[in-house]
Amino acid sequence: MTIIYVLIPLGLLLLGAAVWAFFWAVRNGQFDDLDTPAWRILMDDDQKPPPKG
Amino acid sequence: MSASGCFHCGQPLPVEAVTVRVDDEDRLVCSEDCARTAALIDARGLTEFYRFRTGPTAAGEATEVAAGRWQAYDRRALQREFVSTDADGSQRAQLLVQGVRCAACSWLIENALGALPGMRSVRVDPVSTRATLHWNPAQLQLSEVLAQLAHLGYTPIPYTEDAGDRAARLEQRAALKRLIVAGLGMMQVMSFAVALYFGAWRDPQIESFLRLISLLVATPVVFYAGAPFFRGAWHRLRVRALGMDVPVALAVGGAWAASVWNTLTGAGEVYFDSATMFVFFLSAARYLEMTGRHRALSLTGALAHHLPRVATRLVNGQPQAVGTMELQAGDRVLVAPGAVVPADGVLASDSARLDESLLTGESLAIRRQRGEPVVAGSLNQEQGLELVVTRVGADTVMAQITRLVGDAGARKPRLVELADGIASWFVAAVLLLAAVVGYAWWQWQPDRAFEVVLAVLVVTCPCALALATPAAFTVATAALARRGFMVRHRGALQSLSRVSDIVFDKTGTLTDGASGVSAVEPAGQVSADDALAIAAALESRSEHPLARAFPPPDPALAVDAVNAVPSAGLEGRVNGRCYRIGTRTFAAAPGGDPAAQEQFPAAPDRVVYLGDQDGLIARITVDERPRQGAAGVLTELAARGLRLHIFSGDQPGPVEAMARQLGMEHWRATLRPEDKLAAAAQLQADGRVVAMVGDGINDSPVLAGADVSVAMGEGTSLAQHSADCVLMSDSLEPLATAVHVARRTMRVVRQNLVWAVVYNLVALPLAAAGALAPWMAAIGMSASSLLVTGNALRLTRAAAPRRRMVQVDRPPTAESAPAKACCKGTARAAS
Repeated sequence: MTIIYVLIPLGLLLLGAAVWAFFWAVRNGQFDDLDTPAWRILMDDDQKPPPKG
Repeated sequence: MSASGCFHCGQPLPVEAVTVRVDDEDRLVCSEDCARTAALIDARGLTEFYRFRTGPTAAGEATEVAAGRWQAYDRRALQREFVSTDADGSQRAQLLVQGVRCAACSWLIENALGALPGMRSVRVDPVSTRATLHWNPAQLQLSEVLAQLAHLGYTPIPYTEDAGDRAARLEQRAALKRLIVAGLGMMQVMSFAVALYFGAWRDPQIESFLRLISLLVATPVVFYAGAPFFRGAWHRLRVRALGMDVPVALAVGGAWAASVWNTLTGAGEVYFDSATMFVFFLSAARYLEMTGRHRALSLTGALAHHLPRVATRLVNGQPQAVGTMELQAGDRVLVAPGAVVPADGVLASDSARLDESLLTGESLAIRRQRGEPVVAGSLNQEQGLELVVTRVGADTVMAQITRLVGDAGARKPRLVELADGIASWFVAAVLLLAAVVGYAWWQWQPDRAFEVVLAVLVVTCPCALALATPAAFTVATAALARRGFMVRHRGALQSLSRVSDIVFDKTGTLTDGASGVSAVEPAGQVSADDALAIAAALESRSEHPLARAFPPPDPALAVDAVNAVPSAGLEGRVNGRCYRIGTRTFAAAPGGDPAAQEQFPAAPDRVVYLGDQDGLIARITVDERPRQGAAGVLTELAARGLRLHIFSGDQPGPVEAMARQLGMEHWRATLRPEDKLAAAAQLQADGRVVAMVGDGINDSPVLAGADVSVAMGEGTSLAQHSADCVLMSDSLEPLATAVHVARRTMRVVRQNLVWAVVYNLVALPLAAAGALAPWMAAIGMSASSLLVTGNALRLTRAAAPRRRMVQVDRPPTAESAPAKACCKGTARAAS
């Protein structure tokens, strides 16, 4: 079972990566608004091209 | 309802509806304003908006009006307040956008503004109705952006993030990070703990490796994620008090320290799993509680500015747009029709009609003559007026009321938190006991002393006690929030459960501001229905606020030659006959029948008279209508043993009528804000626990002074800032639910506390006697916590069945059903 001396530190590295990714997301405001994005996907952005100007 | 209403704003269609082509289909709208707004949305290719919005939206401003109105925002002096400039010259600003109801609105704004040349990015948060803009000032002026918003039917207000909002955002992010660390860490430590429990392959080397790894993962969980508990405990100890955080910090810190010691010495048990689990559950409960609180705050803080930012100053007779803060006493200021008066002053025009309801609660507009004072915050209801500024900024009446609110808030009686009180004693007892037990064991068996003291601390680890209150409050708060009742802090629920008297404001609280015709008294040959039909036909041509009280006109009646006579009424022809409607002297045409005149003695306001060539033919009483379902809610509250009052700034007549209509015995009229506060204090002096429900600035002091206060979600933000709870729904119904749930919550809290105490009384002697292994203590502790949490979760259901009961009381009308569905949709989109 000496393999766990490799696997567990590897698992901890992944844990660190996950925590870092979450922190990055929080810092970038990904969790600030959890409602709008769910709606946004329902709406087409490009029905008609908006007139320039 | 929507089939017959305006396609854009949902209001009833007038006789001559306007047609507009949207998505190659003809749609009927109620006015040119709505038609223009719908056409604008169509031209931009954003008609998806109409499919996804959850309710009707306001009509936009006309192009020429909108452009001029926002011009002043391009002034540097004004922009300095809320616009920031990046290094590359691009600018950023935040706006509060009034009228944003749902995600579809934010989508519309983001797409419409995003298409403007020079706009870098637009984000609109539909919950806080806040828009964040980033644009290039070389290509795009801020006034163009604001005007565009106004065209779409939204009202932008420049927004400066105040310290409170900023702190709330940072707090939320920090809490989320801690929760993530605690959650991920807990999962890891748990998996190692499982291996350890199963004997770790009977290999002491692997066992100590797993312990070391657990230590590595648990340490950041305890000291980073658990930091608030240690900080809270430290703050409590420094003021020589024992709060809920003290036992939590002690248990987490103790379990961690003991585990570290055992890891290093290779003896005994480790409790990293218990420590991390404890931190995670408590963090999760606090995070949920905090998000609820912040959401309520951001919704209510959204409209923090009452006074306009821009005023029109007359300089040598020439109008000039300036920032409100640039105004000085002695300046002459123009106030456009429909605009808010920016500063206190003296009227320099002949006469003006002002709506001071924001300050006085008086729902009828007041006529002021030249030389009379005009207060900042009142709404100009007629033609443009001119005033000479006397007081600005902090000296205005409105600012004084705001200060009154602050004072009342500081004096507010706070009930001591029940659980915290118990916890302090409990913690003191546990610490004392642990010390005594430790000393005893030290005398008898020094080698077991540490183990037993730890067992005592772990078994009494006040999980259940610490969770008893927050779990119940969090569940109740969340359940109530879903029902449209925002609780802004825990103490509010506790106070609400003890309330004996509820005081209501009238306008905007018991009524929703809309008025209706309450009585038609005909004279002579005209029937009441005919009189009302004629009056409605005439009033349909009027812009006067009173006209909105009348039902839509009958299209069969031909109305022409309508002429408004200022301060008197309207005259016009209906089906060829001449009628006058308005004041008594005006409607009673000269040479009319004096008998009919005597039939209607002069009455207080809110009464209009209808007359024809031969004199008066009817008296029509216009009154505010109670909010839909208000009577049912009040009956229910009264049935719960609560005494209900009305405190109003309005005249006695309408207040009494409202009280009688709703079956309320206690009412007081013509109260100024300070009178309301005094009246509430009087009740409190008699030993009553007072809840205040209000909406206006005039209610703010009493909201702050009451034991617990509820502000209406559609009310002014000042009221909401000083309130403990905010009613986010259009109906009063959640209030009854809240009282019910608050009482249930306190019952659950008491049950939980009793359980926690009983459990400890049983387990503690066993642990002190050294009869409990730490793992037994850990199981007992977890089971006890689960029981407490499960008990608290029952409160979710406590909020739900109320709905069905209340709905039965109300006759299911065809009209209320779709409105209900629409409200629910809005609530969900906004939450």
